[in-house]
Amino acid sequence: MSLENAARRAVEAALAAGASDADAWAEESTSRRVRVYDGEVESLSDAGGRGIGVRAFAGARTGYAYGTDLSEEGIGEIAAAAREAAEVADEDEHAGLPGEAGTSQVNGLASAEFGDWSTERVVELALEVDRAARAPEGVTQVENSVYSDTRGSAALVNSRGFAASYSATQAWAYSSAFAGEGADLMTGLGVGMGRDPGRLDAEAIGTEAAERALALVGARQPESRRCPVVLDAFVAASFIGFIGSMLSADAVQRGRSLFAGREGDEVADPVLRLADDGTEPEGPSSAPFDGEGTPTGRTGLLEDGRLLGFLYDCRTARKDGRSTTGNASRGSYRTPPSVGTTNLVVDPGTDDLAALAAAAGDGLYVTDVAGLHSGVNPVSGTFSVGASGRLIEGGELGTPVRELTIASDLVSMLKAVRSVGSEARWVPFGGSVRTAPLLVAEMAVSGS
Amino acid sequence: MTLVGPELATRVLERALGRGGDMAELYAEARRGFGISLDDGRVERPQSGRELGACVRVVQGESTYYGHVDGLAEEDLLRVAGSVSEAVRGEAARPAALRAMEGGARHAVTSPPEDIEAARKADLLRACDERARAAGAEVVQARIGYAESHRQIEVFGSDGRAARDDRTRLRLSAQVVARRNGRVETGSDTRGGHAGWELLEEEPEEVADRAARRALTLLDAVDAPTGRLPVVVGNGFGGVLLHEAVGHGLEADAVQKGASVYAGRLGEEVAPAFVTAYDDGSRAGAWGSEGVDDEGTPTRRTTIIEEGRLTSYLYDLLTAGRDSVDSTGNGRRESFRHLPVPRMTNTFFAPGDATPDDLIGGVERGLYAVSFGGGQVEPATGDFVFGVSEGYLIEGGRVTAPVRGATLVGNGLEALRAIDGIADDLEIATGYCGKGGQTVPAGVGQPHVRIRELTVGGTAS
Repeated sequence: MSLENAARRAVEAALAAGASDADAWAEESTSRRVRVYDGEVESLSDAGGRGIGVRAFAGARTGYAYGTDLSEEGIGEIAAAAREAAEVADEDEHAGLPGEAGTSQVNGLASAEFGDWSTERVVELALEVDRAARAPEGVTQVENSVYSDTRGSAALVNSRGFAASYSATQAWAYSSAFAGEGADLMTGLGVGMGRDPGRLDAEAIGTEAAERALALVGARQPESRRCPVVLDAFVAASFIGFIGSMLSADAVQRGRSLFAGREGDEVADPVLRLADDGTEPEGPSSAPFDGEGTPTGRTGLLEDGRLLGFLYDCRTARKDGRSTTGNASRGSYRTPPSVGTTNLVVDPGTDDLAALAAAAGDGLYVTDVAGLHSGVNPVSGTFSVGASGRLIEGGELGTPVRELTIASDLVSMLKAVRSVGSEARWVPFGGSVRTAPLLVAEMAVSGS
Repeated sequence: MTLVGPELATRVLERALGRGGDMAELYAEARRGFGISLDDGRVERPQSGRELGACVRVVQGESTYYGHVDGLAEEDLLRVAGSVSEAVRGEAARPAALRAMEGGARHAVTSPPEDIEAARKADLLRACDERARAAGAEVVQARIGYAESHRQIEVFGSDGRAARDDRTRLRLSAQVVARRNGRVETGSDTRGGHAGWELLEEEPEEVADRAARRALTLLDAVDAPTGRLPVVVGNGFGGVLLHEAVGHGLEADAVQKGASVYAGRLGEEVAPAFVTAYDDGSRAGAWGSEGVDDEGTPTRRTTIIEEGRLTSYLYDLLTAGRDSVDSTGNGRRESFRHLPVPRMTNTFFAPGDATPDDLIGGVERGLYAVSFGGGQVEPATGDFVFGVSEGYLIEGGRVTAPVRGATLVGNGLEALRAIDGIADDLEIATGYCGKGGQTVPAGVGQPHVRIRELTVGGTAS
């Protein structure tokens, strides 16, 4: 049975079980993963999966069920379970299918070259990443180098006549290198991603891992200070991802976002421009429609220093009397749609890293943060997170530092952004984010 | 219910070894779950799921080849075994005859959650919501979650292993937001275990009450101090410190790769002589307990620190083979979609003989860290950072003002050496542990523990 047919059958079964409306999301994927350790293949997998999730409405009540059994009988059971689950939910007058569904044109989701990459070739690519990470002098070990990819399709059908599907491919590789020894062993991560393995630069990924580890060798705890801070792209992406999650209308409506009630307010420096864009050709989270069949699009979030608005699905949009922004996201068929970011995109500026460091003068360059999600209070926005990186001394990257925390609150940090770097890249941290390094005028750095 | 059974398993293993391999394994699983939550006064997101699937792996030398499939249809299992075997280069091998099935009901559940009507679960959430709101007028939001899961597994190995397990877990959680003027604070609490509905028969609403009290307390919080201070870490969820800063470094995969600061230190004194710690996957009803692990090895209590000396790492079959020791029953996987790796089960410090008041009473100025919002550690160095979600100042031997925004930054080995007191009130809390992209339930726990000095990063300047 094709995915679209399976989804159609599930919707029919849910209606037959008494649902007033229903939708079904079916997906199928194959994935490969190669893990290299010590120059050899440590593990290699080739796997497939298929499943379906059914959302059943009983008037204003919503239930959900999912499963892996896509036989006629299996689909019937899942649909019935969704309808049954709806019984115990409380009514929500804003629940329901989209009034208007549709699709956007998004190019390049599936790479035609993906199929040219045999398992042997991707194994070779993973080994090449590993060799590049081990090559530089001073690298004591490579923890592992990993290549993984996925080729999948998804179909969505609802009881109001929407039926669509799409296919996408994605490949990633990363390497984690060590430099130094004993208690001074430092880790560095290199990553790369693209629609097919051909877009990955194995040499660059391995080298990045090595260089990031080597840069931290000899790191010590710095003295506490307040100073300008440059967040590298990895760290900036983690913060941006967190901010994106706070811009979900669901978080706002439930009183769990520091941005609640601040639409139109000045919350950032004008140099920082941020959008959510589900149509970016290279965006790992791009798709022609969202998790409930709304066409994806670009939603401006921060412009001219102001908060333009929030991200909506149909339910939260009805509640606020707005239109959905196409941000109903599905993690997989195992979860019902809920508001989420697609790709968060920060407009790049003109300063390269050297120029950002020069502008900082004396400060801190942060290359890693730990415990961001536990360290930030989502409602007040105050945070204090563990970090490592290098001091910026006389406008240049200098002494490596670790065992420190950086603290501020998110809005103060956004307002203190002085410059967005020019070296923008996709980073798989904080969801799916494209950003360059950010220079922040001042943060509290606490060490010894 | 039989998922695969020995007869089909034998044929799958034969196929998997079709081009050789030192070891082949079939792991089959049936997962069922139900969850429901209450948010903003409304019961929502009731959802149920059923998954069937299997993973086949073949190990040859230092390489592991594996594949997984949704469903347990015979032709799918044989096809996956065949495709995995194609990656191997060698002569066909024969699996040993399977032994009798091991395992079963080591953690009996008296009241299977599936037998309880969904409406009762919804009512429980409403009762929790009411209790949270009754805790104080400043409570503005409560989010209550209920989740149950049932996993049946079967594992068959070409070395003759045959085991099954039946795991029921249940967890109730509450997150409560309190507001005063512009100030907003969050408190949370959970109750969970390898158990059935019986776990919620006594005063389940207490979870909501505790979460609410934490949120209300934090409304009065002052900025956290910074600098090097004595820290008393709370019992129960305070054990996340041991889990993150020590436990991960004892997982044998990290040790063997030299990616652990504890590598080569077995037998060494790493803590004062009054410190003992365990990993115990056999502890009755505990959140991280299982009958057998996901490779079919019976779970057990492993002493990881005995009277201050490092005594054992945590092993799965592969890492145990490399060190010529037995698996400690720590081969765990998130699901049939993942390979087993050495993982903690329930990890905790053994109780000492002090009381929490003794520990606090001995501190002139310090931090009382009751609960953490989470933490992270770099296993290679043991460096850790933890966000303190509920903390207080200790002044003159007494717990005084609540603090917010505190983080603990330090190093596992240094923190272990700096332990200068352990209380008698062991408690195990329900954590979720992530490693290598896999999340598994892990019990974290300890009695109250005092650390002579740790770096506290705060918001006060």
